[in-house]
Parts: sequence; C-alpha cells; structure tokens
Amino acid sequence: MAVAQARPVLHRFRGQEIPDFDVIRSCVHCGFCLPVCPTYRVTGRERSSPRGRIWLMKSIAEGRLDLLDPLFEEEMTLCLDCRACEAVCPSGVRYGEILEASRAQLVQHRPQTAKERFLRFLGFQVLLGDLRRFRAANRLLRLYQRSGLRSLARRSGLLRLLGMEHADRLMPEINDRFVVADGSFYPAAGERRGRVALFVGCVMSTSYAHVHEATIRVLTRNGFDVALIDGQGCCGALHVHSGDPESGRRLARRNIDALDSPYIDAVIVNAAGCSAVLKEYPHLLRDDHDYAERARAFSAKVRDVIEFLAERGLSAQPGPLPMRVTYQEPCHLAHAQRITRQPRALLEAIPELKLVEMAESALCCGSAGIYNLLRPEMASTLLERKLDNALATGAEAIVSANPGCMLQLQAGLRARGERVPVLHLIEVLDRAYAAAPASHPAEALAAD
Amino acid sequence: MDRQALRERLLRIVGPDGVIDDPDELLVYEYDASDEVFAGHHRPEVTVLPRTAEQVQEIVKLANGFGIPVTPRGAGTGLAGAALAVRGGILLVMTRMNRVLEINERDGYAIVEPGVINLELSQLTQPRGYFFAPDPASQRACTIGGNVANNSGGPHCLKYGVTSNHILGLEVVLPSGERIWTGGPAPESPGVDLTGVLVGSEGTLGIVTKVMVRLTRLPEAVNVLLAAFPDLESASQATSAIIAAGILPAALEMMDQLTIKAVEAAFHAGYPEDAGAVLLIELDGLAEIVAESAERVAELCRQCGATEVRVARTPRERELLWLGRKSAFGAMGRLSPNYYLVDTTVPRTKLPPTMRTVEELSREYRLRIANVFHAGDGNLHPLILFDRLVPGEIERVLRCTTDILQYCVDVGGTLSGEHGIGLEKRDYMTLIFTTDDLCAMAGLKRSFDPRELFNPDKVFPSGFSCGEVNALRQQALAQRLGIEFV
Repeated sequence: MAVAQARPVLHRFRGQEIPDFDVIRSCVHCGFCLPVCPTYRVTGRERSSPRGRIWLMKSIAEGRLDLLDPLFEEEMTLCLDCRACEAVCPSGVRYGEILEASRAQLVQHRPQTAKERFLRFLGFQVLLGDLRRFRAANRLLRLYQRSGLRSLARRSGLLRLLGMEHADRLMPEINDRFVVADGSFYPAAGERRGRVALFVGCVMSTSYAHVHEATIRVLTRNGFDVALIDGQGCCGALHVHSGDPESGRRLARRNIDALDSPYIDAVIVNAAGCSAVLKEYPHLLRDDHDYAERARAFSAKVRDVIEFLAERGLSAQPGPLPMRVTYQEPCHLAHAQRITRQPRALLEAIPELKLVEMAESALCCGSAGIYNLLRPEMASTLLERKLDNALATGAEAIVSANPGCMLQLQAGLRARGERVPVLHLIEVLDRAYAAAPASHPAEALAAD
Repeated sequence: MDRQALRERLLRIVGPDGVIDDPDELLVYEYDASDEVFAGHHRPEVTVLPRTAEQVQEIVKLANGFGIPVTPRGAGTGLAGAALAVRGGILLVMTRMNRVLEINERDGYAIVEPGVINLELSQLTQPRGYFFAPDPASQRACTIGGNVANNSGGPHCLKYGVTSNHILGLEVVLPSGERIWTGGPAPESPGVDLTGVLVGSEGTLGIVTKVMVRLTRLPEAVNVLLAAFPDLESASQATSAIIAAGILPAALEMMDQLTIKAVEAAFHAGYPEDAGAVLLIELDGLAEIVAESAERVAELCRQCGATEVRVARTPRERELLWLGRKSAFGAMGRLSPNYYLVDTTVPRTKLPPTMRTVEELSREYRLRIANVFHAGDGNLHPLILFDRLVPGEIERVLRCTTDILQYCVDVGGTLSGEHGIGLEKRDYMTLIFTTDDLCAMAGLKRSFDPRELFNPDKVFPSGFSCGEVNALRQQALAQRLGIEFV
C-alpha cells in the first residue's frame, strides 16, 4: 500500500513576519504540552496540539507542506492562543510568537473574501482604531438594548435571518456611564504610596465601566494616585493575535507616546489580555528604530492590577465578605504572564471569603478575544466544560480578571438560566472595602 | 493493495473521526519525543484512533487480512522511537481509550485503559490514600499503556521498582486478533507468566487494551532534601554512602551544573546555580523514621563534602524541586537546539569512574554533555548537546553515544535503564546479547507474531535473522577489541 500523494508545495513563508525558525526548532517534541492544550483535549488529534502545530510550521519552513494547505489555516485558527503550552514548556518555546507570525503569514498570502476584508476594516480600523468611534457604536448598542429594539429583533427572527443570533447572545450589556481617558485624576486616600496611570481600553471603558470605578477606588484606598491620561487607545491585542501586527504597532506607538511619563510609577491594567500585550510591546516594536528602546522602558512599568496590588501589598485591610467564590484563570494572566498565586493571595486576604478551586481552572473558557465569534463550536464546547467545573464548586460567584472571559462566562450562564454572577477580582475587593470602615474621609470616588 | 477498501473497512470500525489518512495531516504522526535522527522520517499510511478493545481487535484482524504492519502509540513521549511507523502501515493511537474502569483500593488494584495519563491516575487515587508508583519524568503527559510497553522507570523506582512490579494483569489483543487476559489481582498467578513477557515488549507482541495496575499506599510522611556539592565525584560518593548506611530513599537523583542552569532558567525552582552537582533525595515512610533518616542523610552528605543541605519545607517547595528535575530533558532546549539522550545503567559502585569517562568523552568529541540521572540505581542519562545544522555534529554525537554505551557495558552495565530499545538502540543489542540470547527472543516473537506485523523493525537489530545476528555479534566483538572488521 503506497502513501497517498501529498499536495505539492507552492507557497512558503515569505515577506513580512516570518516565524523565527530558531524558535520553531527549539521544540524538541517532548509532548509535555499535550495535556494542557484545550483543543487537543477536545479533539485528541495530534494536529490540534501545540507540538503538532509547531511541526506543521516546521514542515512549511522545510518545504514539506504548503503554507496555503487548508489543514494549516484550520489549525492556526483553531488554536485559542491561550498559551497554556508555554507555561509548561521545559524548552521555553515562544509559541505565541510563532503562532501570531504564522497567522500574519496567512493574512498576507491567503486571498481574503470581501466580507472578511470589510469586517477586519470595520472592527480593527474603524472601531478599535479610534476609541471615540468605539464608544459611539456602544451608545448605539445601548440604545438597541434599552429601547426594545433588541427584543423586537429577537422575537421577529430578524437576528436569525441575518445570522447574528450568536453575536447577539455574546453581546455585553452596555453600562450607563463610560469611564473615559479624559485626563481626570483621582488622588490617593491617606498616605500616598505612588502614582499610577490606568489603562482604559475599549470594552472595559463601556461595558465594564463599573470595574474601572472599582479599580480606581481600590487603588486610591491603597494609597495610589490614579491618572486617566488622555491620548491612549486600544492595546492592539486583537490585531496582533489575528495576524495584523502592523496595526498593533501603530496602536502600541500611540500608547507609548501617551503613557510614557516620568511622573508615573506604573501603568495599571485590569484586563489580562491587554496587560499581556502591553508587556509584549518590546517584541512587537523590536525592529522600530525610534521605539524599540522606549517600548522596553514602557513595558517594564506595565502591571496587571492584580500583580501590582499583590506586589505592593494592601495597605488598607479589606472588610469581611462572607461569600463562597471560585476563580477562573484568564489565560493571558495565568499562562502569558504566569500570574497565578497573586489573585488567590488577594482573595484570601478578604476575611470570611471562601475560595473553592474548580477543576481545570487554567483551561481556557473558549473566549480568547474574538475566537468565540470565529470558532463558535470549539468555543462553546470549552465554555460548557468550564461552566460545569465552575458550578460544581457550589460557588456564589465566579471571579475572573479579563473582560473576554467575563463576557463568555456571563453569556453561558445566561443561556443556562443560572443566576451566579461573574465578578472581576477587583470588584470583589471593592465590595470587601465597602464593608470595611473607611480609613480616610476623602476616599470616596468623588472626583466627578 | 486496495487503499480504498482498507479505508472503508476502517471507517466502518471506528467512524470518520477515528481515521486519519490525509497525507499532510499524517505529517504530525512522523515523530515521538525521540531525536530527529529517528523522528521525522517515517509517515504511517493511516492513523487510527480506536475507543474500545473490540475496535482494536477488529483493526488487528483487518491488518492481518491485508498483511499490513500495526504500530501502537500512546502520547508519543517515548525517547527511543518505538512509536514510529517505520514500515508505514497502521499507526494505532491509543489515547482515546482513556477511561479508568475500576478503582479497588481494598484489594489494591485499579483497572484502566491504556490511554490514561500516568499522573492523572495517581491524582484520582490520591484522595483515597493510594498512588501508582512508576513516575517517569514525562508522567504529566505519558500514558499507562506506554509505560507498560517500555517497562518505564522513574525517580521513585529506586524504592518501589519499575513498571513491571506494578502490573498485575493485562487484557491484550494478540497479532492473531484474539483478545486474552493475563495475570490477575492475586499476588501469584499460575502457568506461564505472560504478563511478564508482555511488559516491556514495546508493542511487538500484542496491543494492550486494559491494564490492571497495583495501587500503592501513600506514605505517611515525605521529606525532600537538596544537597549541593562542589562536583559530581563528591555527589557520587554521597550516593554510595547513603545506600551503604542502609537507608533506602524513595528517590535519589543527581543533576550537574549544566542541568541546574537550564532548569533554573526554565522554572526558578531554587537550585543553587553555583553548585557543581546537586542530589535530590526523597525519603518517605513513617514520620519518625523519615525524620531520623533525613538527619542521617544530611550528615552523610556533609561528610562527603556537601556545601549546603536544604530541606523542602512546604509541599510547594517540594513540588518545585521535582518539577525542575522532571522537566530537565525538555529544558535542554534552552542550552542548545538539539540534545541526544543516552539512557544506560551501570552498577552503582561504578558511577564515579563512569562520570569521569563521560567527561573525558565530552572533551574528546568537543560536545557539551549535561548529566541528570537516577543516581540511586546507577541509571545514567548523559544528555549530549548539539546543533543539527552544524555539519558533522550528528556523526560525532552518535560516535560519542556508542563509546558511552560501550564503556557502560564493559563495566557490567546495560543498554537501557528505562526508555526502551525501540528504533534507537536496536543495533546496540548485540553489545550485550549473544546470538543465542537474541534467537530465544526472536523465537518468542515469532510464536506471537509469525508474520512480523506488530511494531516491525523495533527492538531486534536491523535486518535481524539468526545468521545475521551472528555477523553483527562478531562485528561488535571486533569493535570492542579494536580490530578492523572486514
């Protein structure tokens, strides 16, 4: 029996963003990544594992597989970029880096449909390119949600007709108020320990504006001035993760220009996906003569809010919060930044709060940026698995630290008719502080 | 032969998601964890992922009818290339058979399917106070079926023994397509010990579909010590001193400076980076005895020149130290693009001269060699670091490997401690076995698998037949004596 003929190789990696061959071959295919990879756990197929995907990249680099082979594109998009593999990899393979480069190769060399081009332009350039437009769109969505248009669209079957049902289910509730990077300043309560800039971002400023408010309260209560420096924009994570590093670089330069200030001790981020990519700016801008050095200095100041509070310690004691919670690890906090002990330490600092660990807490929930829109089937398989694990703990709230995860979990819980809330860890801390006697009269969020 | 007919029959047995025959997708079944001298050259014609023993049986019967080879594979973490489909044919991936069927802690056994991950079994039985003792470094990823095939070892084999000591019985599909059970829960089973024959046979005699494993009671207390030494020599002496004092640690592991550096870079496990060598010593058993032994071990280490002896205080510290040790192979990727792992065993007393020889060979061949190994039972793992893209390096690595193996065999050691023979070491078999030895094995193989369809071209020297082995044997002897072989 002869092996069936493989397809001829016509396209290889070329042009911009070629996956670094030294990174590819630093994989010794030991297989340690298999049990932690969400897609491998679901499919059981080697091609859907990190080592399988790296081998496919290697095969392209060696001219044994065509870049435009449908198998390759399928796997590069099935991967969640959760980077659980990186955290367990003994060889230190920088998987995220070569995955993102491979995706950039596909964007460059694969013919795109008009619809794809339009959606990329609308999402990445129009909406995220300037957050004023993003907020304007959010106001329209709020109108849609509040005016009864949504229930009409749902009842009339219009959504189904447009194929928008899934997107509608995942859509977050838009907040009444937005928190905007408008140059406002919130002084520390009590003894001042430092001054930080809050990274405002996109969906955190509209749907999760209340988390921003909680973040400001918790930081000021712990002795930090908080500045909402204007001029900052989208972090660029979605662009970088989906093969458009050029747009990512444009956004990165703007954020560095805006936030790189000698008067700031740290740039604080409360969305794990954003904090992870802000820390990767040095790689993104490595070939930029003017920005490479600045990117390094900037990234050294970036801290996820959870990391920051654990590092500096809580100066104010949280009050009691008698509650049973479970913690869902955002991939880009746990794997990309290896921040796993700090969130638990913060939760354990709250009197009477009981943290019950769920099974597979570090397995991706399927959100992964816009993955749940692109690959709904795998995303919902992982979501159901996550909800089963989370609910099995009997927790009264699921705590997380990234808007993508929170949206995904909330949508899943809504679909199941579960009333368990999903809270950002900072919200939990904020509630605990609300239960504690105020240590300083000026600490209420009174600036606006 | 009719590919289409085979494909249709396979689809009927396991369904569409269990048959992979797209030649491009089959690329990812070209490798296991072995070096690319072996991995990356042999593509199976079809990969099949069965879910039940009945399906395995059907597939084997089918293969028999078509006369095509079957190569079983677990998680593909093997280091000797045993899971590579050298002759194409069917690659039988067992990972979907991953159910734990029964846990019977009262009678001390569990019945599992071969695709169950080693560590996950122990995690499952831990709350009940039991664990599965064999713990290869890859235990987070490797399967029990793979452990059975390779008779895997691990750090804790010093006290608890290798996989064969923990397998009570097997359900196995024979090359003829029959499905049989061997052994059983009783400590002794009458008749020919087929379990003993099958464990370590690397898939050449049968395909395991259920495994009855022994469960071991968790010790009351566990204590992990880390001792830092100026060099490998003093660490080796401490190893001998500990065993000579009548203490049997659960594990006794050694790592040299290169390894410590790689592991620290990967995991910040807390190893002293300036040490020439460290010993990782785990003691377990009754709390009082463990405490007593720990003091004695620390004292012996200091007497042998240890500059520092540390005790892991918390379970997390203990875990970190072990994580470092168990990820050491993979961490080599940080020191060099490629590594070649030599797995060999010498009598414990021969450790110091063997280490010296390895060091000399490292200089002679101009190759960096890292050492991380099970010192307690003399199981060496010299890791030869190299770069495949440098012309001539692979040849130097292979010659250096041969010299190391040769030395180990000369001082009374053997070819493989625990990783198996597979593709990698089959041609070295003549170093330790005579023609008659190999013919006895071949006779057994033939009675199980007369058509040589199960994992062909593994374990036995390439081009094996009794006459040829004779020639190889002579060649080996000639090499050992330094005679030019004509």
